[in-house]
Amino acid sequence: MKILTGNDLKTGAVTWWTGSDWSLHVDDAVDVGDEADEILAREQGARRVNAAYAIDAIRDANGVRPGHIKERIRALGPTVRPDLTLKPADPAAGNWVI
Amino acid sequence: MYRYDSYDQTMVDARVAEFRDQTRRRIDGKLTEDQFKPLRLQNGLYLQLHAYMLRVAVPYGTLSSAQMHALADIADKYDRGYGHFTTRQNIQYNWIKLEDAPDILADLAKVEMHAIQTSGNCIRNISSDQFAGAAADEVVDPRPYAELLRQWSSFHPEFLALPRKFKIAVIASETDRAAMRLHDIGVKIVRNAAGELGAAFYVGGGMGRTPMIGPLIREFVPLDQLITYSEACLRVYNRYGRRDNKYKARIKILVHELGADEYKRQVEEEFAHLLTLGIEPPLAELERIKTFFVDPPFEKSASDDLDRSDPDFALWVDRNCTPHKQPGYIAATISLKAVGGIPGDASAAQMHLMAELTERYSFDECRVTHAQNIVLPHVRKADLYALWQQLDEAGLATPNLDLIGDIIACPGLDYCSLANARSIPVAQKISQRFAETGKGDMLGELKLKISGCINACGHHHAGHIGILGVDKKGTENYQLLLGGSEGADTSLGKITGPGFDEDGIVAAVETAADVYLAQRQDGERFLDTYRRIGMEPFKEALYG
Repeated sequence: MKILTGNDLKTGAVTWWTGSDWSLHVDDAVDVGDEADEILAREQGARRVNAAYAIDAIRDANGVRPGHIKERIRALGPTVRPDLTLKPADPAAGNWVI
Repeated sequence: MYRYDSYDQTMVDARVAEFRDQTRRRIDGKLTEDQFKPLRLQNGLYLQLHAYMLRVAVPYGTLSSAQMHALADIADKYDRGYGHFTTRQNIQYNWIKLEDAPDILADLAKVEMHAIQTSGNCIRNISSDQFAGAAADEVVDPRPYAELLRQWSSFHPEFLALPRKFKIAVIASETDRAAMRLHDIGVKIVRNAAGELGAAFYVGGGMGRTPMIGPLIREFVPLDQLITYSEACLRVYNRYGRRDNKYKARIKILVHELGADEYKRQVEEEFAHLLTLGIEPPLAELERIKTFFVDPPFEKSASDDLDRSDPDFALWVDRNCTPHKQPGYIAATISLKAVGGIPGDASAAQMHLMAELTERYSFDECRVTHAQNIVLPHVRKADLYALWQQLDEAGLATPNLDLIGDIIACPGLDYCSLANARSIPVAQKISQRFAETGKGDMLGELKLKISGCINACGHHHAGHIGILGVDKKGTENYQLLLGGSEGADTSLGKITGPGFDEDGIVAAVETAADVYLAQRQDGERFLDTYRRIGMEPFKEALYG
């Protein structure tokens, strides 16, 4: 699947395209098929997201998993600071990245 | 230390106001990201993996307690309670909001700091020896010359759009503690046979994907021609540096392709021309700057005695303290490399404590080192035990300076959008492994440096052991290098062979350390043994 990601303009937070808005959680990302360019142009013009782009991902039993480790780290947070990830209560959350 | 005059303060304040307006226009949609990006980068604001990242300049690594407190306050108020000290003696914050950035710059300006020219193709922060003004082996304090260069290079209209970024280091000791020859320009203040001070210029060094050791271009530039000669070096680069290919745009490529002799010929020609224009600042300005770098009021009768009865304290003194030019004083290095910690990171609380200790014990001055530690340069030996106790209580007294646990590591793929692999977890595992086995203590000086990509922010080329993270078909892989050094005996490390995965690279470092332990002769450091026996015994042990 193709999903869209970028950073929130004001906060810089990593966000994912849900089909109607941008979410902090990669599991909310939807497959945009071949509409990536059109959505990116529209959304960047609307100033809701910054530096957005399309990436490959899969959906498995655990949710949406970006194809590249860099995007998985973006989705979770720094593996060396579990307290600053989106799953601070799960010290093993970093294993999902590898 | 240097204090802003009205011109410095006016320039920095004006830049804050300008960036506030630019940020407002970006948020209001009046500037596109393509228009805004070069503006934010000129103010040190990057967009990294998780958020905006702000890099704040620490000129030649020198900070007052008020400045360190301000850095801690920024970490608390605008970030997530910590900052990362870098290999260019700066500090970075990883979780900055764009809408906060102008307020942060305003807070920095109040303590005479900024983030100007910490990004982009311009002359970056001038770095220097962390023991400047304290070292027993220096011919003079190099920082007045670094400050003069800072003033010359700040907003220099001719050098704000160079072919690539440009880094200058200034030292004044035979022992190079600033990786001087791995900079675009390395300036070494020297004294000639007549006893006059001048500057040796090494030009065209650097790391990155094409590491080069800067060749000596001129042995002695009189100090009243320092800026003019620097300008000549930059002009030749600005004129002929490759703008068509960013990977060949650094000055090291120009010097290499022209040859050092031809580059020098062109610089001398430009230098002769510039001398006719009278661009050198008046010596009175240098003298004014020097007044900010006079020795602090050392206690002349301070005792050289140290009570070493506490063995943990004695170990820390032996490992983390450096002789001082003034009897009764010592330079103390605060390790930001706790076992299993994140190299270079400091919490706001730790920064506040270091600021308090700076004020109490080091004449209100501390230094950031390129090895990502903090130095209190002027500590009275009589105060050293009290200082150590407070550091120890805060987890800041790890006795590992220049040992294998004192690892330089870039932020790597945990934070950096350029990285191919994570650096920090590898550093953590290595420091834990060698602490657990006790081998770290047996190895002596062993400088280990890790970069998460070929840009080499972690100085892997210059590590006695270097590690380079690469992307191998979407997974992290690590190359091992041996034999690098950044000191007076600067050398570039060589790759041992095929790379390793994360656990494999930790084991490989241990294997290389074991080869050294088995083969070393009396008094040899890891680097000395490697240079004597060469790569083969290490390759044999690593790959069989």
